[in-house]
Amino acid sequence: MSIEIVSRPHVENFINWSKDKPKVLVLSADLTNSCEVGKWRDTYPERFFSMGMAEQNMLGFAAGLAREGFEPWLHTFAVFLYRRPLDQLQMSIAYPNLPVRLVGFLPGITTPGGVTHQAIEDVGVLRGVPNLTILETGDATEIESVLDVAHAIDGPVYIRMLRGEVSRLFDKSEPMEFNSARVLSQGSDLTLLTSGITTEEAMRATKVLRERGVGIEHLHISTLKPFTDEKVLAALHKAQKGIITMENHSVIGGLGSTVAEVMAENAIGKPLVRIGLQDTYAHGASQKYLLEHYSLDAMALIKRVEALLDKELDIKPEDIPSAREISVHSSAKVEAL
Amino acid sequence: MEPINFEAVQKTANNIRKRVLEHTVKNNGGYLSQACSAAEIVAALYSGLVKLNPLSEPLAPELFKGVPSKNFTDYRTGAVFHGAQSSDTDRLIISPAHYALVIYTALIETKRLREDGLDFFNKDGYSVEMIGAEHSPGFETTTGSLAQALSQAGGIALARKLKKETGKVWVFMSDGEFQEGQTWEALAAINYHGLDNVKIIVDVNRNQCDGPMDSVMTIEPLAQRIKSFGWQVDVIDGHNLREMYGAGSKQTLKPQAILAYTDPMKNIEILKERLPVLHYVRFSSEAEREKYQDFYKAWSL
Repeated sequence: MSIEIVSRPHVENFINWSKDKPKVLVLSADLTNSCEVGKWRDTYPERFFSMGMAEQNMLGFAAGLAREGFEPWLHTFAVFLYRRPLDQLQMSIAYPNLPVRLVGFLPGITTPGGVTHQAIEDVGVLRGVPNLTILETGDATEIESVLDVAHAIDGPVYIRMLRGEVSRLFDKSEPMEFNSARVLSQGSDLTLLTSGITTEEAMRATKVLRERGVGIEHLHISTLKPFTDEKVLAALHKAQKGIITMENHSVIGGLGSTVAEVMAENAIGKPLVRIGLQDTYAHGASQKYLLEHYSLDAMALIKRVEALLDKELDIKPEDIPSAREISVHSSAKVEAL
Repeated sequence: MEPINFEAVQKTANNIRKRVLEHTVKNNGGYLSQACSAAEIVAALYSGLVKLNPLSEPLAPELFKGVPSKNFTDYRTGAVFHGAQSSDTDRLIISPAHYALVIYTALIETKRLREDGLDFFNKDGYSVEMIGAEHSPGFETTTGSLAQALSQAGGIALARKLKKETGKVWVFMSDGEFQEGQTWEALAAINYHGLDNVKIIVDVNRNQCDGPMDSVMTIEPLAQRIKSFGWQVDVIDGHNLREMYGAGSKQTLKPQAILAYTDPMKNIEILKERLPVLHYVRFSSEAEREKYQDFYKAWSL
């Protein structure tokens, strides 16, 4: 499984995309290069506003700008968009349903920055905020196409954004679509729903699982709220032996919880396995290490599948395609904080 | 600015106090001390200090029609009570939403809200709510979580600069909000981005929910602190209309803060008996209520 690795796709894509959209502004809280908008700032200095390390105020400014017809795209780390300024996010932006785009970098364990930088419960916190749409990117194509999806939404949008060296899992000709899951494989033993970076891990595992005769309906989710895609409901009904969710987030409040709600409301009485952070904070280390340490990787999925099917599949780590086979050299500083 | 009829504006201020007192007696409670402290400020704001277009007739209090959402396409904010907006009119943002009763009263006294507006105050199903939100008369934004208005105003002011609009953005604030960190973030940002189209006027009545501010958390020396953030600061007697219009009509090269020091018992001296806590008046006995009723009946201003 050779996957193209793309270096910092947001940088040029966002510049090109913004060219004919004069109402698009960028607000930054001292993490401009870390959020890949340094070149955007230099390209459109009259549309870039440095707000300093003061996120509560930045969200209020964004609300005022949006109220006057602009479309502010806030770029900072996800934790600084919903933890510190949650009241401002709710009262200044979400209540008035203003078109502010909250671009949150470093979702989950994608950073060695540790607990202060890892947004592990953002979806859980923000799913309860009325008017807010929640999107998550899973690859380079989604980083590029999430802009159009968010832009079209009449109201505030929170995006779990990826940066640095990212895989291209989905062809450029298949952009992210609002509230529409991608069906990555079909099968009727299990239904697997994944989001963000866990999709790539899952794809490594499902290849081997299919070879061992396990039928897997695999859906990649990029719209976490609203969560009303008919394809999801059909896939939940289809599963004969159980349903697995996999997310780069706490199992409380995120994709797993959302799927559980849909199952309960539709009387889908099947085992549900939620892979994710098991109600714990994480610590600072490499993404590869953290995926393994917190059982969020391909091997962890295989073990949960075996348990669910009550069957030994005899899959060894060397049977799984290796992660991130870098086919393109890149100078992107993946972990610059 | 049109020439100011100070006598008429003072009359408006007096009427605001009187009407809020009447309402408080009738409903056995209300934000009365805020009317005492801020009557001249809000009277002035709605009497030419802020450039707002007049209304052809006072608007009726409205039913609550729902919260903003993508499905509510003809949503209107309380800004409609501030008249038609144009590039040269000012915006007026009320930061302390618990002053709602005082704001509605000022709207009535300045012919923007219908005379019977307060009959719908805090009445189920109406938008004339006790703590205003952006559907309430006179509220252009949602600000009841204190200190959020100034940042929003900064964004509006920046947008107006980008659109080359000449109107100013006024923010009416309470002094307690200077305990919130966000206020200082906003003061820094508004100065940094050169938003000289922002003007704030603060009701410095030195009281908050728990009692006198000095017993809760001091904010002084307020003028020096704001000045050190790069602002033009004018300190005035908040009951002196000539000082208020004098400061408010200054053309400044910086964002301006007018600190209006006020007396939260102004003209209703019997409030002294409730010291030290003045934030919300709820009568403790029928006898006390009657005392305020008698005071109201004897009102001769």
